[in-house]
Amino acid sequence: MGKRTPLYEQHLTSNAKIVDFGGWDMPLHYGSQLNEHHQVRQDAGVFDVSHMTVVDLTGDKAQDFLRYLVANDVAKLETSGKALYTCMLNENGGVIDDLIIYFQTTSQYRLVVNAATRDKDIPWITKQAEAFGVAVTERPELAMLAIQGPNALEKALPLLDAELAAQVKDLKPFNAAWKGDWFIGRTGYTGEDGIEVILPPESAPELWEGLLANGVEPIGLGARDTLRLEAGMCLYGTDMNDETTPLVTALGWTVAMQDERDFIGRKALEAQKAAGVPQVFKGLVLEGKGVLRGHQVVKVDGLPDGEITSGTFSPTLKNSIALARLPAGVGDTVQVEIRKKLIPAKVIKPMFVRNGKSLID
Amino acid sequence: MSQVKYTSSHEWIRLEEDGSVTVGITDHAQELLGDMVYVDLPEVDDEVEAEGDCAVVESVKAASDVYSPLDGTITEINEALEDAPELTNSSPMADGWLFKMTLANAADFDELLDEAAYKAVVEAEDH
Repeated sequence: MGKRTPLYEQHLTSNAKIVDFGGWDMPLHYGSQLNEHHQVRQDAGVFDVSHMTVVDLTGDKAQDFLRYLVANDVAKLETSGKALYTCMLNENGGVIDDLIIYFQTTSQYRLVVNAATRDKDIPWITKQAEAFGVAVTERPELAMLAIQGPNALEKALPLLDAELAAQVKDLKPFNAAWKGDWFIGRTGYTGEDGIEVILPPESAPELWEGLLANGVEPIGLGARDTLRLEAGMCLYGTDMNDETTPLVTALGWTVAMQDERDFIGRKALEAQKAAGVPQVFKGLVLEGKGVLRGHQVVKVDGLPDGEITSGTFSPTLKNSIALARLPAGVGDTVQVEIRKKLIPAKVIKPMFVRNGKSLID
Repeated sequence: MSQVKYTSSHEWIRLEEDGSVTVGITDHAQELLGDMVYVDLPEVDDEVEAEGDCAVVESVKAASDVYSPLDGTITEINEALEDAPELTNSSPMADGWLFKMTLANAADFDELLDEAAYKAVVEAEDH
C-alpha cells in the first residue's frame, strides 16, 4: 500500500482505477481518460494533487536565498501573491526540479515542488538554505486540488469562504490569495483557466464533494498528462531531468541571466551558450498513422538523431503529438521511427492547444 | 453455437464454420489498456506464427502488441477500426474484432485455453 491523500475514499467512491505514482496510491482515471480530458477542455474538472509538496521558506534573507537557489529571478515578483515558474538547477545546469514560487513577503515564500522529486529536493533546499539562515518548513499535511476548465471558477467560487472567493474572482493568472491555511492560485497544468487550492486536509472532502455536486467531474492522472502535453507543458523526469539544462528543454524563458546575479548552475549555462546549445526542444505533429511515444527516435536529414521525450494521442486534435529534443538546425519536417517504420512528422513550437482551441494550422 | 478460445496474452479466438478463426482482444485486455486510439493491423495474406506479434493496439496510455494465437495466414482485417478504434473498447468480442485467419493446422485450435482456463489466468494476474 502506498501513501494516500485525504481524498482516497472519495476516489474509490467515484470508481477510480488506482495506480502507484511515485509511492502514492493515485487515481489514473475514473472510467474514461478521454472523456475526462474533454470535460476539462469544455467544462470543468477537479484533480487531487495532494501528493505534491508544499514548502514554506521564512527568513530575512529568503529573497536573497531564492535568487541564488533557482534559475528564474524572484526579484521580478513585486506584488504579494505573485507566482513564478522556475527550474532549480544543479552545478552542471541540470534540472533538479521545476517548481512554482509564490511571493508573500520578502521574508516569506511558498514553494510547490513535484512529489516524485521530494526526497532529493528537500535535502538540497535545506542544505543551500543554511548559509542564508532561512527556515525550510515542509507542509505534508496540506491537501491540494486543481480545478480546471472554462467553467472552473464559476463552479468553484460559491464553495469558498466569501471573502476569499471575492479575492480569487479578481485574481490575474499566476497570482494567489490566501486566508488562514487556505491558499489559492490562479494556476494550473492544463492550458485552461482554473485555480489550484491548497487547504487543510480535513476540509478537502467537503470541497471535493461540493465540486462534484456542482457538476465538476473528477479527473485522473491519465488526462492530466494528455492535457499538459497538449498545452506544451513539460513534465519533470520525462521531458527534463538532472542531466538536461533548461536551454535544451524550451525552458530558456524561465532562466533570468540579464544581470550579474549568481545562481546555482549559471556558469554551466553560460558555458553551454558559449559553446552553442546543441539541441532544440520542439513540438511534433504526426502526419502519418500511429502514436508518438516517449523514447522514439527522430531522424533528421543530415543531422544527428533526436528523441521524443513525451508523446501521446491528442484527444482535442484527434492526432498524435509529441514533445521532442532535436538537433539544432532541424527543419520543418522529420521522420519518427515507429516500430521500424519511418513516419513523417511536422515540427512546430511546443504548444498545441490553449483554452480549448487548437494552435495548429 | 460457435466455439471461443483464449490465449494467456489476452486474445480471443472464435472458430468459424468454414474452419477459419476470428481474433480480437478480450474485455479484460481492453479494460487494462483504456481508451483505444489506434489499431495497427497485419496485411491480408501475411503469414503469421503462433505467439508472434502481428498487430498493435494503442490506447491513450500505451501501445500493446497483439500476438497471433496460432500459425496461419491472415485472410481479412477489420477495416472499421481505422476510423473507429474505440470499437475494441465498446465491443471487444464482436464489432471490435481485429483479423481473421486460416490455420496451418486445424487441430491447433483445441490446444488454446478454454474460458475457465483463461479466467484462471486473469485471476492469477489480479493477485
